[in-house]
Amino acid sequence: MSPVLAGVLQLVALVVALGLSYRPLGDHMAKVYSSEKHLRPEKWIYKAIGANPNVEMRWPAYLRGVLAFSVVGVLFLYLLQRLQGSLPGSLGFVSIDPDQAFNTAASFVANTNWQSYYGEQAMGHVVQTGGLAVQNFVSAAVGIAVAVALVRGFARSRTGELGNFWADLVRGVVRILLPISVIGALVLVACGAIQNFSGIHEVGRFTGGSQQWNGGAVASQEVIKELGTNGGGYFNANSAHPFENPNGLSNLFEIYLILVIPFALTRTFGRMVGSLRQGYAILATMATIWLVFTGLMLWTEFAGRGPAFEIAGGAMEGKETRFGIAASAIFSVATTLTSTGAVNSFHSSNTGFGGGINLLGMQLGEIAPGGVGSGLYGMLIMAVIAVFLAGLMVGRTPEYLGKKIGTREIKFAACYILVTPALVLGFTAASFVLDTPANSMTNSGAHGFSEILYAYTSGANNNGSAFAGLNADTQWFNSTIGIAMLLGRFLPMVFVLALAGSLAEQKPVPETAGTLRTEKPLFTGLLVGTIMIITGLTYFPALALGPLAEGLAA
Amino acid sequence: MTNDLKKHEDDMSTTTTGPRTPHGDPSGDPQSAGRVGGGLFDPKQLITSFPDAIKKLDPRVMVKSPVMFVVLVGSVVTTVLAVKNPDDWFGWAITAWLWLTTIFANLAEAVAEGRGKAQADTLRKAKTDTVARRLTKTGEEQVAGTELRIGDLVVCEAGDVIPGDGDVVEGVASVDESAITGESAPVIRESGGDRCAVTGGTKVLSDRVVIKITTKPGETFIDRMINLVEGAARQKTPNEIALNILLASLTIVFLLAVVTLKPFAIYAGADKQTSLIVLTALLVCLIPTTIGALLSAIGIAGMDRLVQRNVLAMSGRAVEAAGDVSTLLLDKTGTITLGNRQASEFVPVKGTTAAELADAAQLSSLADETPEGRSIVVLAKEKYGLRERHQGELTHATWIEFTAQTRMSGVDVDGKQTRKGAAGSVVNWVREQGGEVADDADTLANRISEAGGTPLLVAVKDDKGARVLGVIHLKDVVKEGMRERFDELRRMGIKTIMITGDNPLTAKAIAEEAGVDDFLAEATPEDKMALIKREQAGGKLVAMTGDGTNDAPALAQADVGVAMNTGTSAAKEAGNMVDLDSNPTKLIEIVEIGKQLLITRGALTTFSIANDVAKYFAIIPAMFAVAYPSLDKLNIMGLASPESAILSAVIFNALIIVALVPLALKGVRYRPSSADSMLRRNLGLYGLGGLIAPFIGIKLIDLLLSLIPGIG
Repeated sequence: MSPVLAGVLQLVALVVALGLSYRPLGDHMAKVYSSEKHLRPEKWIYKAIGANPNVEMRWPAYLRGVLAFSVVGVLFLYLLQRLQGSLPGSLGFVSIDPDQAFNTAASFVANTNWQSYYGEQAMGHVVQTGGLAVQNFVSAAVGIAVAVALVRGFARSRTGELGNFWADLVRGVVRILLPISVIGALVLVACGAIQNFSGIHEVGRFTGGSQQWNGGAVASQEVIKELGTNGGGYFNANSAHPFENPNGLSNLFEIYLILVIPFALTRTFGRMVGSLRQGYAILATMATIWLVFTGLMLWTEFAGRGPAFEIAGGAMEGKETRFGIAASAIFSVATTLTSTGAVNSFHSSNTGFGGGINLLGMQLGEIAPGGVGSGLYGMLIMAVIAVFLAGLMVGRTPEYLGKKIGTREIKFAACYILVTPALVLGFTAASFVLDTPANSMTNSGAHGFSEILYAYTSGANNNGSAFAGLNADTQWFNSTIGIAMLLGRFLPMVFVLALAGSLAEQKPVPETAGTLRTEKPLFTGLLVGTIMIITGLTYFPALALGPLAEGLAA
Repeated sequence: MTNDLKKHEDDMSTTTTGPRTPHGDPSGDPQSAGRVGGGLFDPKQLITSFPDAIKKLDPRVMVKSPVMFVVLVGSVVTTVLAVKNPDDWFGWAITAWLWLTTIFANLAEAVAEGRGKAQADTLRKAKTDTVARRLTKTGEEQVAGTELRIGDLVVCEAGDVIPGDGDVVEGVASVDESAITGESAPVIRESGGDRCAVTGGTKVLSDRVVIKITTKPGETFIDRMINLVEGAARQKTPNEIALNILLASLTIVFLLAVVTLKPFAIYAGADKQTSLIVLTALLVCLIPTTIGALLSAIGIAGMDRLVQRNVLAMSGRAVEAAGDVSTLLLDKTGTITLGNRQASEFVPVKGTTAAELADAAQLSSLADETPEGRSIVVLAKEKYGLRERHQGELTHATWIEFTAQTRMSGVDVDGKQTRKGAAGSVVNWVREQGGEVADDADTLANRISEAGGTPLLVAVKDDKGARVLGVIHLKDVVKEGMRERFDELRRMGIKTIMITGDNPLTAKAIAEEAGVDDFLAEATPEDKMALIKREQAGGKLVAMTGDGTNDAPALAQADVGVAMNTGTSAAKEAGNMVDLDSNPTKLIEIVEIGKQLLITRGALTTFSIANDVAKYFAIIPAMFAVAYPSLDKLNIMGLASPESAILSAVIFNALIIVALVPLALKGVRYRPSSADSMLRRNLGLYGLGGLIAPFIGIKLIDLLLSLIPGIG
């Protein structure tokens, strides 16, 4: 079987699997966030944290919940790392330096999982499983909660109440992430991923000498790493490491885990706003961008020129021979179009255009299908912008899902789309203005430029994947990327929740023949166009100086 | 019925009132661009408005449009740079075109405003300083019109100019309102009722009235009109503000992209190619200048299009709301029907032929000068081929004219008496003459009543005795083309509700015939109000017209309330628009103008943003092809040199503003259709068009520039 055909078949298998789980998972999530009942373990948690899950929150209260919970998360993770040296189960690793501890704490709470450390050489069982893996669950649940709050904003009228943050958070973990993770971890273990609390093993190498291998609760962390679009690997090699991602099947399964919740959330959205077709339109937008990006990535990775490329049948540098070009290409698009950032190959070694596709995927705001929750709310913000720009052309003031997009709404959406470009371009430019940051680059020229652009793109968009080549464990990068991750995560959430509050207060506008039909293919096309043009215009100069200059030169 | 009402009924007989250029401007618009045709645009206006455009360069004025303010700052920056380095022709060229971009934007606004100025001047003439005769306890005193206060009573006699807005409290007079409405036929104003309002600046032609002043000087209708047409009172509408916010945020994004490009360029080794002038040029090309420049012109032109149709919108907000309206409340009389009943059929009783009946009906109606009577003569002629006869032809005839008391008309000629009239009157007459009323006459009359019509009986008395010949079916005649109009509205997603004082049976029959979606029969002002509130509770925006004082609460409650100029001051105060022609059918046009305004705004925004793609393809390779030769592959337009590429983009960016001024002022072509087909059409035209047009435009400008020695 040719590698290209193998790739196409994997893609087909992926689409079928995602298609099969779309309905049950989407409906299940809609039920989870609409139900009145609390499960017994949930009641214990509410009692333990002293929260009343039945109180309806307006947007400022909901936001306070999100921020308070996240601040506590950052402090806890920071202290855990700083105190690692004195904790049991640390495999003898010392405490983490302040700047790296801040970076890692920010990274995992912001659902980014940018890692400037080597997991197997720095983090013991306690930090990995008790700190990082826990944040993998809860930061994902926070993302879904905020998305659900926005959906409620569209669905509800004349209230301003968006639900209860604590209930949404706890339910997301207990009823969605945990059950799927348990099953997923078993599948990964069956594929050969490890799951133990064993120590460091000294293993002989084929080429002589020896190397160290850690044991750990890898499979359980791996599953939520993908499912919660986190991406922080147990090991530095991430999903290229055989203990995390043993074979082609586990690889396909991990891609499935990355995409399953973000896609299914469009069904949840459709259910909750009372029109499945609106959900399908958003799904179609996401799926179109994802498939086109995947197709382009496969094309550029297989079509590489030059003798080395031809011998390998494409761009094999930086890729695992276990997976090959197709599986790596599909994985790298899935991970950068979501906020995952797990990698099974080095994105730095992709072709020039390939690296550009990874970059652009993140710069779109990771909305196709995007991170768990963040993908949906990011896409809905773009839908609001698209409705506003083109909706006027039907001769009515813009409205989406029966809600007017007026001054307040557009203010919040406009602020939302300002955040990540400001962080990405601002910090990247600052890195080139200052003297020292450039010392971290391995390459010069366009590729070197891409290394730094990629780092901030990944951080501010909460992706977490690295372009490799950049030594990011410096005070400058640890601090600025840490700030980019926190602001890139929580500022947009402020605007999303404010928008949700404003929408929920409105009375609905009834649909007539004069209403812009947002469930039609025409709107999907319009939305794709708006996303590509708005993002494209923002990043075109930067992309031209990095991946485009490199890709066009090939 | 007063004269002016008649006049309006005549107006109403045409369903489309063409855009009338007020005040005798001879150049009428041929309505080339659909029914809601554009306003006039004369290229000469670009030149005459130029001085105003220069005046608007004041930064305090410019800052109101964030996009254009950035261009102004950019122009200043490049000017300073060009002065510092006077040998650099490129710097001067960019500077010149950036200034032109700024001026073109101001020009668009100045042209839009200029159109109102002429009209304001005419209005000012009407507002000459008047001397008012104020009534005091002892008699009257002469005071200046500007000193009148609310509640003052003033006297006006033939030849006087009415000193201020008010209500007639005593007397009746004919008034020349041409100063405001442009209509020369005088109107009647009388105390009490719904025709008591008078407007300052209009002229009493006959008789004497006492007027109670209802507005302060400086806030009169004519003052407000002047402010409106001049745009002095113009405030940004909600949608305009929202659009400005989005445009400002896009401007910030592009500012970021351009500012950060400098360090990137230095790293890439393209420091020299990214001078401050080049970066400023790039910034101006990227920020949405096209829509930024035309945004206020679009708003002013929208109001102006209403003014051209003799509708005054008291706020831009109301015009915007008109586009969003989803329920139209239309008065039956005058809007949907012609306003008076007309004969539609002759129904003979048994033993009489239709021709016989028609002949008698015509003969008996010759002395009936009411519209109903005339319509009988017309029907007899058109349907039964009876030659129209005149009273003079029958010399020995005794004519019995129609009066409200007898409710009958007829003629006695050659021993034959013919009568036509209300059922009761005719039946009485036949009985008095010793005749018998045929059994089926009653049945026929009832049938007509049930169908929503009005039956008139025709009877004769000749040698065979007095008897009923048959029944004339009078009915409300729905204006021509209304059904199609309502179908269109339905496709646009607008529900029409007919308001009538008729009984439900009659109302239903007319509603069905006209094709409205719903009707409100035996409507009282309270019913109307309740209906509006009910619709609004469902999130709908409601538009209505009204003229009476009892319409005022409903007019105020409606999202778009159009008061008739003939109406009371209370109604005019309550509504947010006034129709000077007092033509309720115009409500439909107002909605279309509102939609056209929004579409124009959306189309130009989309066009403006889509334009940027081509500009990147011109400027990015021009900046970086030296540092990274591979980037020259992005120069897909094959532009001659980096300088000409950047300059071409800047020139295109400036010229497209001027090119689109006519579109901004006229509004984009608008035909009522569903949202889907409108979006498809406009996306194709302005979205795709906006993507492609600049590629062609920039290439053409580059070709021209490369002819200049030293550039290509």
